[in-house]
Amino acid sequence: MSAALIDATVPEPPGAPRARMMLDRARWAATAFATFDRERTRRVVEAVAEAAYQNAERFAIAAVEETGMGVVEHKRRKNEACSRGIVERFAVGDYVDARIDAEAKIVAVPKPAGVVLALTPSTNPIATVYFKVLLALMTRNAVVVSPHPLARRVSVEAVRLLAEAAVAAGAPDGCLQVVEEPTIPLIEALMSDRGVDVIVATGGTAVVRAAYRSGNPSFGVGPGNVPALVDATADLAKAASCLADSKAFDNSILCTNESVAIVEVRVADALARELERHGAHVLDTAEADRARAALYPDGRIETKLAGKDAVALAAAAEIRVPAATRVLVAPFPVIVPEEPLALEKLFPLLGLVRVPDAARGIEAARALLRIGGAGHSAVIHSRDPRTILAYGAAVRVLRVAVNAPGSTGSAGLDTNLAPTMTIGTGFFGRSSLTENLHPRHLTQWTRLAYNSDPAEPFGDFAGLEPWSVRPEPAPVTTALAQPEGELTRDDLRRMILDELRELVGG
Amino acid sequence: MYDYGFFSFESKADFLRRSEEFWNPDKTRFWQDAGVDLVIDRREGYLFWDMAGRRLIDMHLNGGTYNLGHRNPELIAVLEQAMGRFDIGNHHFPALARTALAEALVATCPPNLRRVIYGSGGGEATDIAIKTARHTRQRRKIVSIRKGYHGHTGLAVATGDDRFSTLFLSDRPDEFVQVPFNDLDAMDEALRGGDVAGVVIETIPATYGFPLPEPGYLRSVKQLCERHGALYIADEVQTGLMRTGEMWGVTKAGVEPDIMIVGKGITGGMYPIACAVVSEECSAWLKEDGFGHISTGGGAELGCIVALKVLEICGRPEVRSMVHYISDRFRSGLSAIQELYPEWLVGIRQDGVVMGLEFDHPQGAKLVMRRLYENGVWAIFSTLDPRVLQFKPGLLLGPDLVDEILDRAAVAIGQALGDAASSPREAALR
Repeated sequence: MSAALIDATVPEPPGAPRARMMLDRARWAATAFATFDRERTRRVVEAVAEAAYQNAERFAIAAVEETGMGVVEHKRRKNEACSRGIVERFAVGDYVDARIDAEAKIVAVPKPAGVVLALTPSTNPIATVYFKVLLALMTRNAVVVSPHPLARRVSVEAVRLLAEAAVAAGAPDGCLQVVEEPTIPLIEALMSDRGVDVIVATGGTAVVRAAYRSGNPSFGVGPGNVPALVDATADLAKAASCLADSKAFDNSILCTNESVAIVEVRVADALARELERHGAHVLDTAEADRARAALYPDGRIETKLAGKDAVALAAAAEIRVPAATRVLVAPFPVIVPEEPLALEKLFPLLGLVRVPDAARGIEAARALLRIGGAGHSAVIHSRDPRTILAYGAAVRVLRVAVNAPGSTGSAGLDTNLAPTMTIGTGFFGRSSLTENLHPRHLTQWTRLAYNSDPAEPFGDFAGLEPWSVRPEPAPVTTALAQPEGELTRDDLRRMILDELRELVGG
Repeated sequence: MYDYGFFSFESKADFLRRSEEFWNPDKTRFWQDAGVDLVIDRREGYLFWDMAGRRLIDMHLNGGTYNLGHRNPELIAVLEQAMGRFDIGNHHFPALARTALAEALVATCPPNLRRVIYGSGGGEATDIAIKTARHTRQRRKIVSIRKGYHGHTGLAVATGDDRFSTLFLSDRPDEFVQVPFNDLDAMDEALRGGDVAGVVIETIPATYGFPLPEPGYLRSVKQLCERHGALYIADEVQTGLMRTGEMWGVTKAGVEPDIMIVGKGITGGMYPIACAVVSEECSAWLKEDGFGHISTGGGAELGCIVALKVLEICGRPEVRSMVHYISDRFRSGLSAIQELYPEWLVGIRQDGVVMGLEFDHPQGAKLVMRRLYENGVWAIFSTLDPRVLQFKPGLLLGPDLVDEILDRAAVAIGQALGDAASSPREAALR
């Protein structure tokens, strides 16, 4: 077929009418879902988490295949943490049951946000889908997932699978949907649609800024650029092991991975040796220059290398490394804006800067965060609580992994932070989310506040359940009325009469 | 002064006077007398506004014409684009859009239906169906349902209520036999002579107030048709296009019709056409003399292009899901209202978003209609059974508007109960 004979372009981005209809459907689902009690909600959440867990590996493989980023084994681990791990961490009832404070004479009734538009990234596609979906379901929200186009296939498949599991467990039909052909204009149209109650955006800065511009309530998170301070008191072997593991974890595709190790000069050589023992290759000056040129052409990160392993990075920079190399370490003199090695790393390259003492190290960390990653996360390896506290007080981030790997520590896999794929970057990072995304962010509360006059007695709410008050449409997927395909007794009677009539010669 | 650019009126009273003078005196007056001084002006989604500015929720939808809402933006866009190249086309020639729609429509129908014959409205499509049945079976007689409704054209009008056929001396009792709905014995009796070409039947008779077919009734009618050599003509004008939660009500009822009539909603109120979809057997005249039925506006290509979009929209899984939600919400909401007035709202007939509300008064639906109108909802009584209000929500309603409709309906139904106490119970003529 040659050029179109008719201008069939619509004033809207392709797919927008259909996607808006998904929001309409989600509105109905959310309306029904909002009346679910704890037990019904729990069944849905557990079924979906279990389906997610069972398919953690399958989708890890598919995600690496489709995006070319990351490591299957590590993605599997993230997927598991963001399925069963989420259910273990949060109690469904906390966002469904009314809270009664007899002392304050206040009853608080939780209400869902409604329809959540969840944007998910290409870097951690499945873990983020799992995470956002489970948080939304746990809080009885309907969710429409809009995956990153680079991870479209696997994300669509995952959402479909979770949606089937949800509906099979009694969730309202349409409570979980996915935009199958996401494009930037389409996503922008959806974000500004009045059918969205809250946007949860993970992705590039442009997408996050667009979410905040949309006019709809939003949780967007900014990029990371993680400083890792290693002071002279640190257990160097452990610090090196954490740094190497963290950088190798999913090939540094988590935005919580360390960007630059800032090391007290008197332990720097020792740390470098320890790093080499853990599979790092420390570059010489010439190699570091080649890495800078290849990995940051024109001073910007080479996105084609995001999530590739250290050997692939070395090859791209024409650096010879042993085949078992897990991390490239690139020493450079000073953290300044014109230094490409001070930019975010989405691959297992670790900058290394030597500082005279811990105080200068803290300043260097602040410098790194001025370049990028404001509000995100930082790492410290130290055994001195004074340094650790001073670091925490000084750096403009909202979480610091202490003596733990950055990738998995700040994401809650190797610390006691809640597992998350949405790292709130706070006001430092131009976000309204100042902590890791939590079910409470998708919940709002109606507070029934009694007259504080002691003469006014507080009601007895024991045993009362808010969610039986007003039944909403039950979730339905089957035919509406009894189809005539089934023979009823009347039907049979009539057929017998017909036959008799024939016999009698009617 | 109401200046609409293309025309203007001094006032609503001035308009109504001219409507009586130049258009239809009785119809204009009828509504004023019924307490419904509605002149529809602006329209959008499931809302329209009277020319005096009053907002009303449309629960009439002209029998499903506005299934997808008034001036659905997707349909407007399609029609505007189509006008960049097409007009209604030339009915003598093979036509691009007509063929494209026929193929798409057939794909949604029971597998035995193979071709589409176009008319410009549901009445003409019914005429086509009757002519086709007569040609196919070489019999003249047509059986229809008493109080059924298939339009007002030459043959269609004869299948319907006397009120419309006798007015124009168009009743032909020798050729057009009517039997009561849900009465298989009467149907059998009518078909037994072996001289009936076809039975034309609405899947749920709309103008009769949507009495639901008893379980198995339609399938038994189809069996009787087969036994006695008559064709089954399904009028799906008001039950098609997802209104029962399935694309076609007749397939939900488990019947493969020989001919299916589609109209109203198929073009979303944007550019009317209607269709008779026929089986291979019923296609015979199309091979023998394809010029047998000619209709300049039938299957107007602009309408066909709109209809393609309507079919696509109706086929979306989101729509199916929403229809289920909407019908469930109405079922529970109306049941709650019925609990308030069990002796007044005596029946709720419902299949999907096809609904009839039955009131215990011969003119009950007219009383409720009037009160609904005062309360901002437009729903129409059933012409052929004024006890029953036709209650026809759109496919794309959201929960807020549905709740608003139920709120208004609860008030209006209560008010109408008071009116009923002081209204004469004898049945009026219409």
